[in-house]
Amino acid sequence: MPTPETPAAQDSAAPSRGPAHPAGAPAPAGRRRGRRSAGARPSPALFVPACAAALLAVLPLLYLAVRALERGPAHAWDIVADERTAALLGRSLALTAAVVPACLVLGVSLAWLTVRTALPGARAWSVLVTLPLAVPSYVAAFAWLSAAPGLAGFTGAALALTLVSFPYVYLPVSAALRGTDPAQEEVSRSLGHGPLRTFLRVTLPQLRPAAAGGGLLVALYVLSDFGAVSLMRYDTFTRGIYTSYRASFDRTPAAALSAVLVIMTVALVAAESRTRGRARHSRTGRGTARPAAPAVLGRLRLPALAWCGTVVAVAVAFPLGTLGYWLAVGSSATWDPTTLTDTALTTLGVAAAGAALTTLLALPVGVIAARHRGRAAHLLEQAAYAGHALPGITVALSLVFFAVRYARPLYQELPLLVCAYAVLFLPVAVAATRAAVVQAPPVLEDVARSLGRSPLGALREVTVPLAAPGIAAGAALTFVVCMKELPATLLLRPTGMDTLATRLWTETGAGSFAAAAPYAAALILLAAVPSYLLGRHRT
Amino acid sequence: MRRPLARSLTALAAATLLIPALGACSDEPAGLVIYSGRNENLVGPLIEKLEDSLNTRVEVRYGDSAELSAQLLEEGDETEAGLFLSQDAGALGALSKEGRLAPLPSSTLDEVAPSHRSAAGDWVGVSGRVRVLAYNPDKAATPPDSVHDLVKPEWKGKVGYAPTNASFQAFVTGMRVLEGDDATRTWLKGLKANKPKAYEKNDEVLRAVDEGEVSLGLLNHYYWFAKAAEEGEDKIKARIHFLPEGDPGGLVNVAGVGKLKGADKKQSEYAQKAVDFLLSAESQKHFADETKEYPLAAGVKAANGLPPLDSLQPPKIDLGRLDSLKETLAMLQDVGMV
Repeated sequence: MPTPETPAAQDSAAPSRGPAHPAGAPAPAGRRRGRRSAGARPSPALFVPACAAALLAVLPLLYLAVRALERGPAHAWDIVADERTAALLGRSLALTAAVVPACLVLGVSLAWLTVRTALPGARAWSVLVTLPLAVPSYVAAFAWLSAAPGLAGFTGAALALTLVSFPYVYLPVSAALRGTDPAQEEVSRSLGHGPLRTFLRVTLPQLRPAAAGGGLLVALYVLSDFGAVSLMRYDTFTRGIYTSYRASFDRTPAAALSAVLVIMTVALVAAESRTRGRARHSRTGRGTARPAAPAVLGRLRLPALAWCGTVVAVAVAFPLGTLGYWLAVGSSATWDPTTLTDTALTTLGVAAAGAALTTLLALPVGVIAARHRGRAAHLLEQAAYAGHALPGITVALSLVFFAVRYARPLYQELPLLVCAYAVLFLPVAVAATRAAVVQAPPVLEDVARSLGRSPLGALREVTVPLAAPGIAAGAALTFVVCMKELPATLLLRPTGMDTLATRLWTETGAGSFAAAAPYAAALILLAAVPSYLLGRHRT
Repeated sequence: MRRPLARSLTALAAATLLIPALGACSDEPAGLVIYSGRNENLVGPLIEKLEDSLNTRVEVRYGDSAELSAQLLEEGDETEAGLFLSQDAGALGALSKEGRLAPLPSSTLDEVAPSHRSAAGDWVGVSGRVRVLAYNPDKAATPPDSVHDLVKPEWKGKVGYAPTNASFQAFVTGMRVLEGDDATRTWLKGLKANKPKAYEKNDEVLRAVDEGEVSLGLLNHYYWFAKAAEEGEDKIKARIHFLPEGDPGGLVNVAGVGKLKGADKKQSEYAQKAVDFLLSAESQKHFADETKEYPLAAGVKAANGLPPLDSLQPPKIDLGRLDSLKETLAMLQDVGMV
């Protein structure tokens, strides 16, 4: 049985890597906490699939390089160096800076209320607050715009985007809250800290990886969004990219601008990984984790309920109400239930496949990102994220480019569409996996290894089960975002296949808002399925 | 906790494997694949008739015209598509310029007036759409007769438009062709200085006019008919005005069709038949009735409520010259409109 005093001995037990530290010398204490030491290389059984996932994720970047440099680097530079480019980028960043903090406040507060307090109906609330994720951003923007045309511009775009993307923070944070050891909070309380101080000084720091990962996803979502900003007439970088596809039929400027977004993304990912610091987030106590005793809300019960109620009202009930209004005033409500059911089943099928593939691909990347430092691990994670702020159309065109050249039989077939979802949403699952694995104590893996488990065996039997709630939350998130994906689905779906999102696009494109309403409503309501299942697994 | 997750992931993975199998068992191969930038609700019924007339299965991929044209450019000769149905002349012009369109026989080209087809002979217009001025009678009892009036102080802050929309940009391109770059730039600057309200799409411009948010709006004629059909003519306030005397604001643009290079001989034949079918009286009447667009061939008359096409006084222009969108875009960016 290895003891903490002999980390080098443990490390050298793993095959295919040299001793990480001079024999006998203890590893620097800070490094051993939470993550493996810098020199420890991930096992090939993890590293190879992680590289495959990262390669898939950087395909769009290769395409961008081809297209952006088609007419020489000077031409591409002229486009990028234009002062308009800087102005658009500034506006995109301003929007991000407004939406991310708002989402953090909403996501963390709701997660704490639904997971850790005796909030009446906590189960129901925890399902309801994930539904906004399925509201397409243009539906949210449309709803707000028809209620208050004055919101158009920055305010409206920030409002609509906050209300559709805060579940990106809520889901991982609530999973993290469920996984943290309440003992630390109890110790804090017993040492005389009040509930607020305990939350700020003990609970919140433990939530940091999950919250920062969620915040990063929100930031990238805001950067890549086209639906809300176009309706709200707020000119962002993505709008610039779409405009150059749509108005000039020219792929070079769009690719050059997209490359700038990739650089932005890499910078954001680097910034996020800095906030993670070196803290340890796993419990190391004896025995099994137990759920925290729910905090009694007392006099705060009503305000807490009002807060949850308000968020659900503006983020879910309000867009649904707008859909009801479309149905009531429009005359195009000639939808037939069979088409709706068929479309819904197709959507569930492709979204489930997309979520499954994405989660499987994200697993090795997330584990490596959580357990290893060093250049390779860092690069892998960067690669998984790099294309995530790209607008859907750019990612879709890049897959068209590669598929017609190297995978012709798969082109416009379901497997390629499912791969496209994996490319688009890999970071969503990686963030969830990483945050969950960070919370699982690495020492337990070491114990499993010392008892003769292979690295993969230890992962399967120890780490994944411990991280399961977080990984499942990531799968649920991925499922919902796959369901509402539009631009890549339009280009890559098998000819003739329809999802709820493409039907919604068809009907609104024809101005038949009443006919569109049932599809949008189905999209929002189906998003409840994974949240509901998550809730069942929990109990 | 671990079991259910492992199990659901395995089940999901199994579903992933099943799906290609499902996809593979489609029925007979399609004789013709169409990429359509026009809405499924609009052309869907027509496609069914086309299948009967061709006696083969027709597959349609619906999307945005510009995005589909980008996709066709990426696919190159590898494309499965035989035909491209576009919302506007610009996307067809882009494909034509890159040599992706096959020439059409003169018998087909002659079905439509020269002003409504490609000068290079590789695409034809199928239906016409006219730029009009929408107005709210409560706010503007007598709408102006020329877009040049929109830069006057009396319309300050009262005009709605969709600067990023392809149809507005086609109109500006038309104005550049008709009146020259300098005059167009001056007009755009004047309009910008008059603080018009920008919207993303034509139907939003119309909504804004209807609700009195603006008094006038620049858009295509059929949006009004679509709104009237959805909400009832008596429920909407907005009206439309056709601009007289060859005003550039009264441009007639077309939605059209082109055959793609790279299709095999069999599909090419089907594609040719499909082009002729779209120009037949049956299809032309469908466009006239369903979209209130102007029919362009087979002597079919425009829908009730529309002035006949030959009674309009649109500017005379070669639609093939509307492909200089890039310069238009540069100008719009320069002026600060997009």
